Amino acid sequence: MNADAASRSGGLSRDCGTEGLKRAVWKAPLLGLLITLVLSQPSLCSPDTVLIGSKKFTESYVLAEIAKRSLENAGLTTEHRAGMGGTIILWQALKGDQISVYPEYTGTIAEEILKSPEIDLAAMREELAKSGVGMTGELGFNNTYALVMRRAAAEQKAIRTISDLRSHPELKFGLTHEFLDRHDGWRPLTEKYQLAPPNLIGIDHGLGYAALGNGSIDVKDAYSTDAKVGENDLVVLEDDLQFFPQYKAVFLYRLSLPANAVAVLRGLEGQFDAKRMIRLNAEAERTKNYARAAALFFPDAGATASSSAGESFPDKLRRWTLRHLELAGLSLLLSILVGVPLGIAASRGGIIGQIILGITSAVQTIPSLALLALLVPLPFFGISVRTAIAALFLYGLLPIVRNTATGLQDIAHPLRESAVALGLEPSARLRKVYLPMASRSILGGIKTSAVINIGTATLAALIGAGGLGEPILSGLNLNDHITILQGAIPAAILALLVQWSFDLLDRLLIPKGLRL
Amino acid sequence: MNAFVELTDVSKKYGGAIALQPTDLDFARGKTTVLIGPSGCGKSTLLRLVIRLLDPDTGTIRFDGAAITPANISDLRRRIGYVIQDGGLFPHLTARKNILLMATHLKWPAEKMNQRLSELCTLTRFPESALGRYPLELSGGQRQRISLMRALMLSPELLLLDEPLGALDPLVRAALQKDLKEIFARLNQTAILVTHDLAEAAYLGDEIVLMGEGRVAQRGTLNDLRTRPASTFVTEFINAQRSLVAL
Repeated sequence: MNADAASRSGGLSRDCGTEGLKRAVWKAPLLGLLITLVLSQPSLCSPDTVLIGSKKFTESYVLAEIAKRSLENAGLTTEHRAGMGGTIILWQALKGDQISVYPEYTGTIAEEILKSPEIDLAAMREELAKSGVGMTGELGFNNTYALVMRRAAAEQKAIRTISDLRSHPELKFGLTHEFLDRHDGWRPLTEKYQLAPPNLIGIDHGLGYAALGNGSIDVKDAYSTDAKVGENDLVVLEDDLQFFPQYKAVFLYRLSLPANAVAVLRGLEGQFDAKRMIRLNAEAERTKNYARAAALFFPDAGATASSSAGESFPDKLRRWTLRHLELAGLSLLLSILVGVPLGIAASRGGIIGQIILGITSAVQTIPSLALLALLVPLPFFGISVRTAIAALFLYGLLPIVRNTATGLQDIAHPLRESAVALGLEPSARLRKVYLPMASRSILGGIKTSAVINIGTATLAALIGAGGLGEPILSGLNLNDHITILQGAIPAAILALLVQWSFDLLDRLLIPKGLRL
Repeated sequence: MNAFVELTDVSKKYGGAIALQPTDLDFARGKTTVLIGPSGCGKSTLLRLVIRLLDPDTGTIRFDGAAITPANISDLRRRIGYVIQDGGLFPHLTARKNILLMATHLKWPAEKMNQRLSELCTLTRFPESALGRYPLELSGGQRQRISLMRALMLSPELLLLDEPLGALDPLVRAALQKDLKEIFARLNQTAILVTHDLAEAAYLGDEIVLMGEGRVAQRGTLNDLRTRPASTFVTEFINAQRSLVAL
């Protein structure tokens, strides 16, 4: 399997780690503190910085780190937005000039980006140029898809090639979602090989190796430079019908990139063979440190450690947590500012009320990665914190709108009439009577919304917006539980703190007469 | 004729059901008029039309000589007090804040508010020390006293009471009836009170308007209704109430 399979699968399955965290975080939030923290966050980087993107899997991280290091050695300022999700998001970001460089594979460019499987390299370069994108020569290795099995199981059943799978319908397949969906993935493969396995599940790439290890699945997609193939004593099944296309690694870059930067990237052409790449990938997964693995590539390894490599855990934790609070807090604030008025409008019922509730409910059903992927191509958003906040804002709307509307509608008719009969004008009725009476319900909605936001904010890491999702995603990708916990535990603690804060806030904001 | 509130050809339907037939009716200044009748006779509808919680389908209602319209109703409501069964107090506000809600909104000076509040406490026999309680911390009778104070706060020219004592036990009810009668007399208050209790109507009302099936069956004193009934319905209503009292 190709590297991309790892990336998109992780995203579309919404990550078991992330879901678990969401559940853990399903008790929480606060506001004032969040806003304070948010406002104290520094901005990101200067306009001259070369922004390097990478997909959510080891090899992409390592190649991006190598590009970063090489560019820095040439005196350029860089920043690495690590693990921004899958092909579509990276490509949109590059096209939209939100990143300048990212590592890609020729097969993916042909199949997924240009959608012309038969295209040759020269034509590919020409097509890319139309989007203002350049492509380096091949870096030197072919990272193609493969199907892998445990060596013992394969030998026992005498399976050596993909064709051999035909006679073993009892085998369980666990495939990444991207591989299942790709134009050059599972479906055409089954057509070519006449495979029809009855047992097939979609599973995240990192988790798939664990499933393969404990026998939950027998066959998995992988890619040929995957460090885990060697580590886990797996065998690559021979592609005896030559189905899988070539996946030569290259860098894609903005044509507007300065000539010296392009020269640095082109200097990396032909510098990697498969063996070397496997070794770098293995080093990254072993040390859990991409920058250190990338450093192995350079002759003066270790002499100049990359900035993020030197960051201590407390520093990282602080950075993740602050960003997480920024994402959840700002989006919550927006949800409140927009949601309460919408809820008031919806509480009046009628067609407008139906439309408001309908739309906010519909937003809730869009899978988060899909929502991110929809927002990324839009001009204002792109690969940025803004996009993450916008997505979280949209997810936070429904509980606030619904609870505001319900809270207002639940006010007894005689009390509404009393407010009217007193002679209060509509705005004063709302402010002095209706909203305070609905405050418990409204605050309940805000609390739910805040909890959802803290949980969902982990997904922001998919588009490189950071937060506690960052260690969770990279841990998931590395199949490293410690790293996952580095994000999950603080997130759970955060959730508890936020929960307590909201309970306090209830006491302050819900009038005493309603708490008797 | 010194009519303070005057209905001309006023009618109201809910969906297909007629709540109030086209009705002409007037209410005298300084008097307490009681609307009485069985459930669904249109007495509450009539009251709610006056304060425009309902819009009439036909006809006009004049208040102190001026027709009530959607444009002037907000101002007029401040000249009308409205008390409903169980008080209609806002649970998130203390008794004091319920009473002062409108005066605060109109930015009355604190001194004037406190003075008026004291007067009202004396008038309604409510202990000032209990003004800090929330509606849920008050008894039913106390809630009605607070509701009455809220309605009287701006010294309204017209007081509308929709079954104000309907949810109270007999002893509290009797005490409040007595207090209400005194208050109306002391303030020379123009009031329209809705009830279904004939004894209460006779005790509080200068005049009784008996309604049935969306129209006025007869108006007059209890004695008029008793001795010169306009229809068999009037007789039946009086007798039904009498037999209840006899029990």
